[in-house]
Amino acid sequence: MKPFFKNFSEKLIEGLLMICGTITSLTVVLIVFFLFKEGLGVFNKKAVEEGYVVMVNKSNPVNSISPEDIKNIFDSKITSWKDLGGKNDSIILFRLEDISNYFTDEQIGENFEGLPLLLNRVVDSIPQILAFFPEKYLGKNFKGREIEAGKITFSTFFGGKEWFPTAQPAAQLGVMPLVMGTLWVSLGAILLALPLGLAAAIFLSEIAKDKVRRVMKPLIELLAGIPSVVYGFFGLVVIVPAIQKLFNLPVGETGLAGSIILGIMALPTIITISEDAMRNTPRAMKEASLALGASKWQTIYKIVIPYSISGISAAAILGIGRAIGETMAVLMVTGNAAVIPTSILEPMRTIPATIAAELGEAPDGGLHYKALFALGCILFIITLVINLIVEFISGSKKNRRV
Amino acid sequence: MAIDENKITRSKKRNQSIAFCVFAVIGFLIVAILVTVLSFIVIKGIGVINWDFITKMPEDGMTKGGIYPAIIGTLCLVGGSMIFAFPIGVMAAICMNEYVKDGILKKIIKQMTNNLSGVPSIVFGLFGMALFVNKLGFGDSILAGSLTLGLLALPVVIRTTEEALKAVDDTFRHASLGLGATTWQTTRNVVLPIAFPNIITGLILSVGRVSGETAPILFTVAAYFLPKLPTSIFDQAMALPYHLYVLSTSGTNIEESRPIAYGTALVLIIIVLLTNILANILRKYFSKKVKMN
Amino acid sequence: MNKLESKQVNFYYGSSHALKDINLAIEANTVTALIGPSGCGKSTYLRLFNRMNDLISDTRLTGEVIIDGVNIYKKGINVDNLRKMTGMVFQKPNPFPKSIFENVAYGLRVNGITDKKFIEERVETTIKQVVLWDEVKDKLKKSAFELSGGQQQRLCIARAMAIQPSVILMDEPTSALDPISTSKVEELIHELKTKYTIVIVTHNMQQAARVSDHTAFFYLGELVEYGVTKQIFTNPNVERTQNYITGRFG
Repeated sequence: MKPFFKNFSEKLIEGLLMICGTITSLTVVLIVFFLFKEGLGVFNKKAVEEGYVVMVNKSNPVNSISPEDIKNIFDSKITSWKDLGGKNDSIILFRLEDISNYFTDEQIGENFEGLPLLLNRVVDSIPQILAFFPEKYLGKNFKGREIEAGKITFSTFFGGKEWFPTAQPAAQLGVMPLVMGTLWVSLGAILLALPLGLAAAIFLSEIAKDKVRRVMKPLIELLAGIPSVVYGFFGLVVIVPAIQKLFNLPVGETGLAGSIILGIMALPTIITISEDAMRNTPRAMKEASLALGASKWQTIYKIVIPYSISGISAAAILGIGRAIGETMAVLMVTGNAAVIPTSILEPMRTIPATIAAELGEAPDGGLHYKALFALGCILFIITLVINLIVEFISGSKKNRRV
Repeated sequence: MAIDENKITRSKKRNQSIAFCVFAVIGFLIVAILVTVLSFIVIKGIGVINWDFITKMPEDGMTKGGIYPAIIGTLCLVGGSMIFAFPIGVMAAICMNEYVKDGILKKIIKQMTNNLSGVPSIVFGLFGMALFVNKLGFGDSILAGSLTLGLLALPVVIRTTEEALKAVDDTFRHASLGLGATTWQTTRNVVLPIAFPNIITGLILSVGRVSGETAPILFTVAAYFLPKLPTSIFDQAMALPYHLYVLSTSGTNIEESRPIAYGTALVLIIIVLLTNILANILRKYFSKKVKMN
Repeated sequence: MNKLESKQVNFYYGSSHALKDINLAIEANTVTALIGPSGCGKSTYLRLFNRMNDLISDTRLTGEVIIDGVNIYKKGINVDNLRKMTGMVFQKPNPFPKSIFENVAYGLRVNGITDKKFIEERVETTIKQVVLWDEVKDKLKKSAFELSGGQQQRLCIARAMAIQPSVILMDEPTSALDPISTSKVEELIHELKTKYTIVIVTHNMQQAARVSDHTAFFYLGELVEYGVTKQIFTNPNVERTQNYITGRFG
């Protein structure tokens, strides 16, 4: 009886362990599922306000208008159908409230019961019209033609130059400003952190005395543990005002502030990983170089760095990865203007900061909500690619050694 | 004799001195930067912290009073996430390291854990909101936040546990297996006791990590201002990192709540420092104990 | 004149006394084998001659180590130049992660030589000297890791010789090689003797007997006996040497 019980409990434990092992894998699958389910939902949705339709005259050849065009039409930046691929006619924009310009209140009726008929007449009689109105006023046998307005496609999403998800009448969901903001801030951070981090790693692994190393290394590792919100706070109260003063800017919340803070945050990652790689250089190899009369410095840049180059590049890429995904610190210091940046001294907004700043205000399941999940998908894919690159680099090193 | 100085050796020497000087300066500069960040917060925050600060509710639009509910909230979240992540993470690591043979399954789990550890924390926040808050209907609650943070801590726990298990020499396993012990007996009686100190260290380090995370709790639990303590796991709660974020960016009166922000930042740093120190002490303590046995 | 000499050399790692009062003189163009059990100080002694022990922190030396009549531990000695004069071959083949050509050219480049033609000629003659030319002449641009262990070690010897040192220090150069590669390296040592002074640390008694002119037996940091190889192996003066050589301990 007893051996059976023992056997049984052991099988139970084994099963439990297996379940735990698979849970981790499942988590990733679940994350992917939820992110992409919501995120991909943004495509082929219409950016115009829900419940609204966009109508044109039957004779109008235009079939679709992008969200950006809609905004430009409302801003009177586009005034001719020609710009949208139609006839050379000026656009007559018609909103529901414009109805009073055409008809009297009596015709409309107290409870708008006359509206469907009147709208029908307006759209039918004016060939250049572009009419926005709620779907509920769409009468039967409507003589106009509905066009596909503000459809969000891959190209409007990834190529769009404006991010304004709460814009009326059509939400502007172009990720270009956010992607550019993320790139500027992260590249700035890595440009600062990589040379400094590498120099520090070389110092720690090859030059510093043991005593110095034993103090410095744990200190640097400790700083990797400080929460990002604390770094962000430090940036807000120290670096932001300093930048404002130094460059004489109206606001100090700029891409540069974000780059500096992210750079500081990426330093521990870069230093520890590349230092480990350098310390892995076989002693015999360094000694062989020194025995040939090479100076210590020659040995470092001719032997140690080439030998550990894959570890160093992994450190750089992981540093970039951390910078791209970092949320709170960036949110606090970059100013969050969703505009395509032209200089590092402008306010910028990154992808993670956008999610953090806007998700609280986006209604569940709505277009905005889905768009933010799509941003999450972009982030997820970026980190996946970074992981694969790092793995590839360290994998190729293993092969070389054999 | 050729040992003497000449033009080439002089230039070699000069290049080396210049390079080493630059590296030393940069090395110390970085430490200086990092120490500045730390000491700035410590100096500004030390005057704020007192008994009232950590045991009183916030008052007057968070410009006065303490951060008691935020501390309690963070403790709840850390505890909750660890209850979830620690057993699963440790067991997953044991499964991978002691049971699954090198092969496709191990590769998949390994790859997935790797990917999970690289995912930005805000993405965890998104996921937590979609699954726990909306789909499972937990709402903004300690439960949803703990689960989200737990997922974030999972790869950390798995990786540290795995390293701890790997550090156990195979001869121990072979000796035990050679006496006829099963894999589980070997794991429980031989491998785990030896690996225990490092596993605990990993746990404490992930506590440090979890207590400072903001992005995952933004949409799953955090309350902007909630001057009462949570009574159940379905309540919203304040949390230290989120509190600091709110105080420094969107409080009702940012200038007046600055001192409280400094104090909150310092409390956060102290938590991180304490967990690090504790991890080190425990590691030393346990490794001595294992040696003695 | 003696090429290498040590006078009353004491060496310490921290508090442990690794070499005790070593007096030894080595003639030019000879092969000297250093033998003795592990940890007897023979490798430490070898590494005194190119000051490799400087790299280990917390070490201390008293006495004089002399090359060509100059105390190489006196102040003002340029260590890089000293190491250029003394080539070193290590236990395991340790080529740099560079091409075969660049491995041999490395010593020239780090010592400030930039003349391309000169470097090419020197690399070729050196590789020919170690009898490796026919095996590698078509793949000089390939990574040195593609060579076999024995080829790698000969490449490392070529690397040490390219800067034309007058002394070659070998630290168990064949311990990681198969018998065929070992005999090739031993033949090479024999040929090199005409141009270089060679000091070789070895665990292998037969090897010491085969390749060396003189043998020094170290035990627990002391130099027990030094003399002509034949005499040491056939008729040692000290009993401990006898015991070691006949395999009674080690």
